[in-house]
Amino acid sequence: MTKSISDLEEIARKCRVEIVKMVHRAQAGHPGGSLSEIDLLAALYATRMRVRPDEPKWGDRDLFILSKGHASPGMYSILAEMGFISHEDLKSYRVLGGICQGHVDMKWCPGVDFSAGSLGMGLSFGMGCATAARLDGSDRRAFVMIGDGEMQEGSVWEAAMAAAHHELGNLKVILDRNRIQNDDFCEVQMRMFDIPAKWKAFGWNVKEIDGHNMTEVMEGLDFLEAPENCNGPSILIAHTIKGAGISYMENNPSFHGAAPNDEQFHQAMIELGEVEA
Amino acid sequence: MTRMAATRDGYGQALLDLAGNEKVVVLEADLGKSTKSLHFRKAYPDRTISCGIGEQNMLLVGAGMAASGYIPFASTFAIFTERAFEQMRNGIARPNLAVHLCGSHGGTHTGTDGSSAQSIEDLAIFRTLPNVVVMHPCDDVSTRVLTMQLPALGTPSYMRTARNKTPVLYDGREDEIKIGKGIILTEGNDVAIVACGVLVSESLKAAESLKAEGIHATVVDMHTLKPIDGELIDTIATRCGALVTAEDHNVIGGLGSAVAEHLVANIFAPLEMVGVPDRFGESGQADEMLEVMQISAHYIALAAKKAISRK
Repeated sequence: MTKSISDLEEIARKCRVEIVKMVHRAQAGHPGGSLSEIDLLAALYATRMRVRPDEPKWGDRDLFILSKGHASPGMYSILAEMGFISHEDLKSYRVLGGICQGHVDMKWCPGVDFSAGSLGMGLSFGMGCATAARLDGSDRRAFVMIGDGEMQEGSVWEAAMAAAHHELGNLKVILDRNRIQNDDFCEVQMRMFDIPAKWKAFGWNVKEIDGHNMTEVMEGLDFLEAPENCNGPSILIAHTIKGAGISYMENNPSFHGAAPNDEQFHQAMIELGEVEA
Repeated sequence: MTRMAATRDGYGQALLDLAGNEKVVVLEADLGKSTKSLHFRKAYPDRTISCGIGEQNMLLVGAGMAASGYIPFASTFAIFTERAFEQMRNGIARPNLAVHLCGSHGGTHTGTDGSSAQSIEDLAIFRTLPNVVVMHPCDDVSTRVLTMQLPALGTPSYMRTARNKTPVLYDGREDEIKIGKGIILTEGNDVAIVACGVLVSESLKAAESLKAEGIHATVVDMHTLKPIDGELIDTIATRCGALVTAEDHNVIGGLGSAVAEHLVANIFAPLEMVGVPDRFGESGQADEMLEVMQISAHYIALAAKKAISRK
């Protein structure tokens, strides 16, 4: 089923509503990075991922690895939208016994392919999945989303070097370049200089897009899938805004890992068009 | 004359023996020549993944492959497994993905490279991880047999092997070796010596010297530290009434601790723990290191007498 740009924007809007509801309900969690990634996840899941929501462990599925596993509300919201889990399940976020663990966990939640939460791990895991797919002779792909602050973990570069060495054309990375990490802006915490040049120097195919412009997002996903970019690993550097869609969260390091209060929640629902002002 | 061999050679042989299982893959971090996975690499290059000198990446590549239905065997020096501890913890043990990690050149017995290469804490740290089986076999035969049992395990594992040759004990006795089951090598009723790895043969030497003094020792090869064979500990503690543990590992956290943890919760018996006395090593020959660290047969025999005196 073909999705129009406006269809995808609506999916992302609905996911944003769920993200804010989840962190507000739990009074904990990570809204900023969930909101920055969600346009990318909406387009990826709704138009590219070869998955079966009613058969989440289907062997020839594409894999999605959320390496920035704390941005789990974003992933849970799209999994609900796709039908892997129910919208009722979203209420279990950070609740004892709930399938929506604080950080995405493959043992708890259908549709989650990697137990993340510790930064710098997902790309290596994705490399393992991509290597296994190649050995199997399968055309399944491993999509990995990493964060920009996460690139400060040295293990990311171990994986980047190894994936290029092994020419893993079925490994596709999306970088959520939202410019903010836990304590402050990335530029303050640890400058990363020329990020596209770094990945190119490691042997990757690289493209930059605006991660909130759905037309550009679709072009970026086309780039990841293009046959000429399947000679080795590819990365889509998506420039995003932390907290995108909620005015007081945007570009605000305070909302990396903090929940809105009741008043802020109400305002967010107004901004997302869920309630009238 | 006793055949001498290194446990790492048993590991390398086991990988070859397992190759008939097409799901078995080997992961290397530039030390295949040393850990002995190179034989598999030469025979099955398509199923061998070079991860360069990058242990953290290697372990999680293994996790991704295990999640995709493969049975990864990853190896490096024991000391370098430690830098990927959190990968083992969060990416392998927590989701219970059956990646099998082998750390070779463990312990001070590894010798002249000195303290930077002498892992004396690997068994302790991996023992703390839920779902992970921890082993330290004493000869090439048991290493091969235990490694070959790993695909059926279905959970992650850590196995320490050693660089240098030690006496081979199990030629023709392959059937006795099972993950999680300690093996009684010699029987006596005065004291029980529970050892692993390179100190198993030292313990047998200690038992010989004790015998000359009229002291009869049971010696157990406790190749699996986790899950520890509690039933066997109960049996020998009841029979002998005093125990000694012996390991080329920090006396904190390894085999001695595993046995002590079981004893205090189940049965009373004095226990003396022979191990590296909470210090780092130095360059020296393997036999010299056992003396410097006070873990050779002589010290095991002394500990046995002390344990008996505490009955």
